[in-house]
Amino acid sequence: MNRRKLLQLLSKGAAAGAFVKLSGGLAQSKIPQGATETMKVLGTTLREYGERSEFEKDVIRYISPNLRSRHTGASFAPLEKLEGVVTPSSLHFERHHAGVPNVNPAEYRLVIHGMVERPLMFTLEDLKRFPSVTRTYFIECAGNGQNGYRNPPDMTLTATRSRGLVSNSSWTGVPLSILLKEAGLKEGARWLIPEGQDAAAYTRSLPLEKALDDVLVAYAQNGEAIRPEQGYPVRLVVPGWEGSIQVKWLRRIQVTDTPVMSKDETSEYTDVMADGKIYAFTWVMDPESIITYPSGLQQISRGFHEIRGLAWSGHGRIRRVEVSLDGGQTWKQASLEPAPDALSVVRFKYNWVWDGRETVIMSRAWDEKGNTQPTQEEFFAKWARNNRYHYNAIQAWRIGADGKVVNGDKTLAGAPARLGAVGRGGCGGES
Amino acid sequence: MRRKWFYLALSALALSALVLAQGRYQIGTPLSEQEVQQWNIRPSILANGVGLPPGQGTVDEGARVYATHCASCHGATGEGGAFTRLVSEPFPITKDVDSVDFAIGNYWQYATTLFDYTRRAMPFATPGILSDDEVYAVVAYILYQNGIIDGSEPMNAQTLPKVQMPARALLELDPNTQKRFPWIKLP
Repeated sequence: MNRRKLLQLLSKGAAAGAFVKLSGGLAQSKIPQGATETMKVLGTTLREYGERSEFEKDVIRYISPNLRSRHTGASFAPLEKLEGVVTPSSLHFERHHAGVPNVNPAEYRLVIHGMVERPLMFTLEDLKRFPSVTRTYFIECAGNGQNGYRNPPDMTLTATRSRGLVSNSSWTGVPLSILLKEAGLKEGARWLIPEGQDAAAYTRSLPLEKALDDVLVAYAQNGEAIRPEQGYPVRLVVPGWEGSIQVKWLRRIQVTDTPVMSKDETSEYTDVMADGKIYAFTWVMDPESIITYPSGLQQISRGFHEIRGLAWSGHGRIRRVEVSLDGGQTWKQASLEPAPDALSVVRFKYNWVWDGRETVIMSRAWDEKGNTQPTQEEFFAKWARNNRYHYNAIQAWRIGADGKVVNGDKTLAGAPARLGAVGRGGCGGES
Repeated sequence: MRRKWFYLALSALALSALVLAQGRYQIGTPLSEQEVQQWNIRPSILANGVGLPPGQGTVDEGARVYATHCASCHGATGEGGAFTRLVSEPFPITKDVDSVDFAIGNYWQYATTLFDYTRRAMPFATPGILSDDEVYAVVAYILYQNGIIDGSEPMNAQTLPKVQMPARALLELDPNTQKRFPWIKLP
């Protein structure tokens, strides 16, 4: 068989497959044998709404198999399967308290009332008429990181299950301050009680100062209408604060002089501290980072790797991210991309040649206010082991001599063997 | 002709000045207080009791409401159900209590929250079906099951805000939040 005939055979998909069986030598061909097939047939036609490649269908949110109801709980963004800093809207993490309501925009209304001069009602079109603002902000569930409470550490942990309750989007909307000015605040107004249009009629308390500072009444996410899971048609975006205060399906804002102390700012989203106290209104998300590559359950080979990860802080810009390749003994500065924006996720990268020896890698973020991430020990010196929220300790990944990557967190002294039920029924919990 | 355009432009200018007077855009529909109430179908109950409706309910009445609407998820007596525990010791929690045992009597800090949330969001699959009297009653029953009240008086707009929850003694404002918002006081 001469070379030309051989190439002809290779160019025919099915025939090539048969040929490989006959000839051991050619089975090692470096050229994928079906790769040129698309150059010989017409592709699919134009279509009105795009879909991702059929080969990417395994890039999906993680939903714990242990949930007792899918009407409440959370789904995790697949962090280690994503690049850049913007989370695709379809993969933005979810947290609902009573399912996703199907809100008809024609009947959508937002009412601002209470301690205002003029109670006002806005349609969706009304909201879009106001001057608009577009900003990229992360939203993170206060329960993100809850799997870090397992002791001993969960050896099946992935980057998704460690920190996948964060997502980053471009949000467009009207500043809430404009709407409040439109209604006119009365003397003594101090708080807002936003309410959602879901079956939980979800409410929280938001101090007026934050609302007047940078809160958005958002109607678009990454250039299109907000996804139903994220609050269609209108949600609050409260930059840098815990996701649970960024009320979705926003239908009503009551202006008051006192907080409501709703179920989700008392029985949930309060922190149990190491001294046994319960802290209320722990709104700001402290700095976090997570190495997404190489990360839990991945496999690497000897040689060059670009360590990649994500970092963010509710206090402002990320100033720097450090990477340790020796279990936290020494730290090296990673590069950041894009230039860090306040209250937005940044990608960090570090060039690394793995020599094949077992090691533990980790990352820690520093923000512009000088805040950084604690070690596990430092975190649990401040928070109780039965706390459910705001875990932001450094996540370690252990790389074995075989290149397999697993959770590299240490087993903590003095803790119960397993607080497996942490977070049950709440965000971040998996049972 | 020229003069006409001049006056048109002038009046347009005057209009935009008027519209943006006081920085307002004149967008949105004013509502009367009555119209606001038509939209406000799940009014918020503040910790001081503001917003609590007329009506009342007893522990005995609450036991019947609970058996009908709540027991299938939360267990016959507030524990042992498939979903969130409503009753659990110790009162209040300690840092050694597994969070699966955080319940109303040992973790919730305000009795008013129980009314607000029950009327707002329960029963889980059919929120809004309980009358105000039924909500007062089931709130009384749950507080009684937790040993918070003795059941000698019905729960209503006067009695409920006075109920002291054990976990309130543990609740503090986050010190960082206090630093940024010195005026905030927890109810």
